[in-house]
Amino acid sequence: MDSVSRRPRLATAWLGGCSGCHMSFLDLDERLIDLAGIADVCYTPIADVKEFPEHVDITLVEGAVANEDHLREIRRIRQRTRILVAFGDCAVTGNVTALRNLFSLEDVLNRSYRDTDVVIGMPTGNDIIPRLLDRVLRIHDVVPVDYFLPGCPPSADAIFAFVTDLLAGRTPPVEGRKFGT
Amino acid sequence: MIQPVTRIEGHAKISIHLNDAGEVESAQFHITEFRGFEKLCEGRPFAEMPGLMSRVCGICPVSHILASSKAGDMLLGVEIPPAAEKQRRLVNYAQILQSHALSFFHLSAPDLLLGMDAPPAKRNIFGLLENHADFLRRGIRLRQFGQRVIELVGGKSVHPACSGPGGVHARFTTAQRDEILSWIPEAMGSVTMALDRLKPLLDGFREEIACMGNFPSLFLATVSRQGGLEFYDGVIKIIDGAGNVVTESLDPARYYTYLGEASEDSSFVKFPFYRPLGYPGGYYRVGPLARLNVARFAGTERADRELREFKQRGDGAVCEAFHYHLARLIEMLHSVERIEELMSDPALFEESIHARAALNRREGIGSCEAPRGTLFHHYWVDANGLMTRANLLIATGQNSQAMNLSVGQTARHFFKGVALGARPDEGILNRVEAAIRCYDPCLSCSTHAFGQMPLVVEWLARDGTVLGQMAR
Repeated sequence: MDSVSRRPRLATAWLGGCSGCHMSFLDLDERLIDLAGIADVCYTPIADVKEFPEHVDITLVEGAVANEDHLREIRRIRQRTRILVAFGDCAVTGNVTALRNLFSLEDVLNRSYRDTDVVIGMPTGNDIIPRLLDRVLRIHDVVPVDYFLPGCPPSADAIFAFVTDLLAGRTPPVEGRKFGT
Repeated sequence: MIQPVTRIEGHAKISIHLNDAGEVESAQFHITEFRGFEKLCEGRPFAEMPGLMSRVCGICPVSHILASSKAGDMLLGVEIPPAAEKQRRLVNYAQILQSHALSFFHLSAPDLLLGMDAPPAKRNIFGLLENHADFLRRGIRLRQFGQRVIELVGGKSVHPACSGPGGVHARFTTAQRDEILSWIPEAMGSVTMALDRLKPLLDGFREEIACMGNFPSLFLATVSRQGGLEFYDGVIKIIDGAGNVVTESLDPARYYTYLGEASEDSSFVKFPFYRPLGYPGGYYRVGPLARLNVARFAGTERADRELREFKQRGDGAVCEAFHYHLARLIEMLHSVERIEELMSDPALFEESIHARAALNRREGIGSCEAPRGTLFHHYWVDANGLMTRANLLIATGQNSQAMNLSVGQTARHFFKGVALGARPDEGILNRVEAAIRCYDPCLSCSTHAFGQMPLVVEWLARDGTVLGQMAR
C-alpha cells in the first residue's frame, strides 16, 4: 500500500464463470459494510466504475479466460494490481467453464446455433461480441497469480478470512482449507 | 449519414444507431458471454445434471437445479413424494427472495434512492451507506434470509445440493423450521418497508416510467391450475398487452410446440418467440411483471392486497418495464408469506423424500419459474442414462427482444436534443442502462456484468472514419 494513511484498494472482477463466487462474496452480508470500512472497494461488477483503475492493491478474479475480452482484461488487471488472487475454481482450474475443452469450439457453437431449431443461425459477432478462444484457460496460464482461493464457490467465511488477512498484510494460512466448499 | 456505433468492453454491451437526421433508429443490448452448456453436458449421467446445470448461474442456481431435477423426475417416470415437493417449493421461494433482494437493494436502489443523475462513484450499494444505511442493512439481511434458507436445506447458499431426480436429499427438521420462523417477522417488516419506500418514489420517476420500456407485449408465465401465481409447477398462460388471454393452459412439457428460438448476429443470447406469431412479432416478456399480469390472484393475504392495487396501474396489463421493480417487491412479500405457511405444513416433515426408479424414459423436460422468468430444461439420454442432447430455454433470454425495444425507447426519448457528436449527459446514459436493469437480466445465465455496462460511443462517417468518440 502506497501510504499508511490510505485505505488499501480492493477490486473484484468477473471473467468466464457463473457469478457464484461473487454471490458468495455478497454472502459476507453485513460484513460487506465492515469491509467497506477497512478497504476502498474501487472496482466491482456491482458498482458503477466502468474501467479497471490503476494502483489496485488486491484484486479477486472470478472465472476462467474464455474469450478475447477476458484475455485483454486479465492482462490489464495484472498490470494494475499488486496482489492478484485467482478467486474460485474456474479461475484456479478452469472448472465448469473449461469443460468445453473436451470438444472443439466449432462443435460447441454448432450445437447451440446450427444443430438446432434456430431460425437465423450463428452469431457472426459484427465485431461487437468478442471472439471465443479455442481453449478455455486458467488465469495462471495467462498471467502470474499471487494467491489461489479455491471453491465452487469459496464460502463467505473463507473469503472474509482470506481478504482480511491480505488487507492486514498477513499471508493467509493454507492449513484447514479444503477444495470444493 | 453519420452512424454512431458503441464499442465497449465487458460482458454486455449496448449499441445505439442514429439515422441521418440524428434520431435513434434502433438500439441493441448485446450479450457477449458463451459457455456452451448444451454441448458440455453430453456423455454425462443425467443424475449429474442438477449439480452441473446449477453452474449456469450463481445468482439463481436453485432454479436450474429444480428444472434439472424435474427433467430427471420425468426420465425416471416418477411422481415425487409430497415432502420432496414441499422442500423444493421452499428453496424456490427462498431463491426468489434472495435474487429479488439483490436486484432491488444492491443493484437498483442506488438509482431509485440517489437518483439517476447521482455521481457514478456514489451510485452503488456503498454509496447508500452515507444516508440510507438502515435501508441497506435491511436489504442485505433480507437477501441473507433467502440465502440462509437455501443453505439450511442444501448445505450451502450457492450451488446447494438440495434436489435431484426423484426428490430431495435430506429430511426437513424442526430445528430448521425454528430458525426459519425466527427470521419471518424481520423479513416481513423489511419487504413492507421497501414497498412503503418505493411507492411514493414512483411519482418522481414519471418520465422514466412512461419512456423506459413502456409498450404492449405478450406476457408469458406459469400459473396454478386455478390461474394463481405459481413458481414451481403449473401450466403456461399467455396474455397480450391489453390483458386478453391469448392461451390459457399450455403444457410446459410441450413448450417446443409453441415456443421457437431465433438468434441474432451480434449477441450470444437467443430470442425465443411465440410460434403462432412468428419472429420477431411473437416476442414476449417473462419474469415478475409478466407473472403478476398473468396471474389472477396471488393466494396469500398481503400479496393479494398488493396485487389488486398493482393491477390498477394498468389497463388489462401493466406494460411499463419500470414496474418490474414493484412487481419484484410484491413477489418477495408473497415468498415470505409462503415460506411461513410451509413451516406449518405437516407434509414438509414426512419421512419419504425420494422416489426410487430406474431410467424409464429417454426424454425429459423440467420447467419452473426462475426469479427472472420461466425456465425450461429439456434432456435426451441413451439407454444407459447418459446425456445425448440438452436444450435450455433461459428466463433472461426470453426478455431479449423486450430489452432491445426498451433500450431503443429510452434512448429515443432521452437523446432528444443531444447534438450529433456531443457527449450525452451521464444521467442519460445511466437511464439507458437502467432500462436494462428493470429486467434484472441474469447475465451469467447468458452473460455477465450484473449491474452496469461500460459504454463507448464512436461516431463514424459513411466511409468508417471516426468523427468523434464518447466513453464512460
